Amino acid sequence: MGKKRVAIVGTGQTHHKSHRPDVNGQELIHEAVTRALADAELTIKDIDAIVIGNMDHFEGINYVDCWSVDGSGGTMRPIIKLTTGGTTGSTLAIGGYHMVASGLFEKVLIIGWEKNSESDTTGAITTAFDPIWDRLVFAGAIAGLAAEGQAYMAEFGITDRDAARVSVRDRKHAVNNPYAQLRKEVTIEEVLESPMLSDPIHLLDVCPRTDGACAVIMASEDVAEKICPVPDWIWGTANRHVYTYVGDVNLGEIDSMKNAATELFAKTGIREPRKELDVIELYQPYSFAGIIWIEAMGIIPRGKGSEYIWSGATDMGGELPINPSGGVIACNPIGATGLIRCAEVALQVMGKAGDRQVPDVNLGVSTGFGGCFWTDILLHGKKKPE
Amino acid sequence: MIDQDLSKVTPQVYESKIGVPYTWWAGDTATRFLEGIRDRGELWATRCGKCSRTYVPPRKNCPGCFEENAEWVQVGPGATVVTFTVARRPLAAIPDPVPVVFALVKPDGADTAMLHRIGDVDPEKVSIGMRVKPRFAAERKGHIRDIECFVPEQG
Repeated sequence: MGKKRVAIVGTGQTHHKSHRPDVNGQELIHEAVTRALADAELTIKDIDAIVIGNMDHFEGINYVDCWSVDGSGGTMRPIIKLTTGGTTGSTLAIGGYHMVASGLFEKVLIIGWEKNSESDTTGAITTAFDPIWDRLVFAGAIAGLAAEGQAYMAEFGITDRDAARVSVRDRKHAVNNPYAQLRKEVTIEEVLESPMLSDPIHLLDVCPRTDGACAVIMASEDVAEKICPVPDWIWGTANRHVYTYVGDVNLGEIDSMKNAATELFAKTGIREPRKELDVIELYQPYSFAGIIWIEAMGIIPRGKGSEYIWSGATDMGGELPINPSGGVIACNPIGATGLIRCAEVALQVMGKAGDRQVPDVNLGVSTGFGGCFWTDILLHGKKKPE
Repeated sequence: MIDQDLSKVTPQVYESKIGVPYTWWAGDTATRFLEGIRDRGELWATRCGKCSRTYVPPRKNCPGCFEENAEWVQVGPGATVVTFTVARRPLAAIPDPVPVVFALVKPDGADTAMLHRIGDVDPEKVSIGMRVKPRFAAERKGHIRDIECFVPEQG
């Protein structure tokens, strides 16, 4: 716990699309920022500091914190950039939380964005890997995930049909989300018949490339309830990184999630996450993760994830809906993706989630994932912590 | 047994094989400016309705007031050199033969200056406050080099 308790008091996001030729990066950022300010009924003059981030190398613009001030509102304000690969968006949320919790800044604007249409995803992601050992034998962004899926399948005997059920769930949920890029229901058969990208991942098992931005405003306990009648309190955060070389990772079990979730739930007093949580926005870039990672999070015992998904428990109306927004499989502006998870849980807690609202959300979890199998996790609540 | 003398090891070096083919959308606002120079040889700026600041390059919103810049105004073609330098050493980043005069030029009617080059003049004759105007390229493609350079207004 920091010096100040921290709550989200406003969120905003763009209507995410595969291409946004009508705006440049600053203008895309501006759309999300003005929506978040309007949501909180604040102006840019009320903001004490800004945290912004996107994927390194994705737009080929290195000093994004400087370059984006026209759109971010950062002109003559304290602003810093954070970038941690796939977890960028959730790291931004954690960084903003630290700034407000420290007592040094009262109201912080947090921005994640990406114009994924402007580069080659695999080329840029490859730069995250060791140049001597891994790059010359690297098989692209999807292959690492596929290797995790294979390892888990071999251990527990699930198939791509089981994973497809996760994709069907998320794509159905996305229909309720006006901001999602892909809003079309699919069947199990359609997933299985879609092209095989990297065994066992089919095209419809995996996330798209998206242009979009998300902004979140966090405020300290001194002002949060004055700004927002039902703010979304951040109960705690945790993060873990696990490897230097690809061979270091325990594929099929995601230790970073297990470790981060264990810390988070221990320090916030959550004993039975499955019963106590009301919603999860999981940074789940491919369908198999929807099974493997909820086991690592401690929602369901290891090996039981697939059965739990098939039961419908994680669908809208189930005991613990996962990804009411449609999640990452429906929408993936990478530098914003983790922050969208955070904003979506905030909307659920605030009761502002519209057609994708889960009734009576008191506690929710949002996560971030990066291609190097690292994890960020945040616990959100309606009640002020402690 | 392996030779333990590390002085006999020559470290290996690997060259990057990664090339990222970036493309950037100019967006509607910048495109309106670029079409102006390409099709009509005109410079257009956006203006903030609140503080009246006039921006080149055109901004979709005022960075200070944080409101949409709804108004377009034609600026220039006359412009003033705000500051400049003469690059005298050839660099990979400079595609033209040196010396090259880099300058910030403020078109008449604008509150901001744009980065460009000064041509058609002895570099020793360039000065701050000098009056210049754009010289447009014969073949224009909708990018900033459709203005070939700024040249002295007189002469």
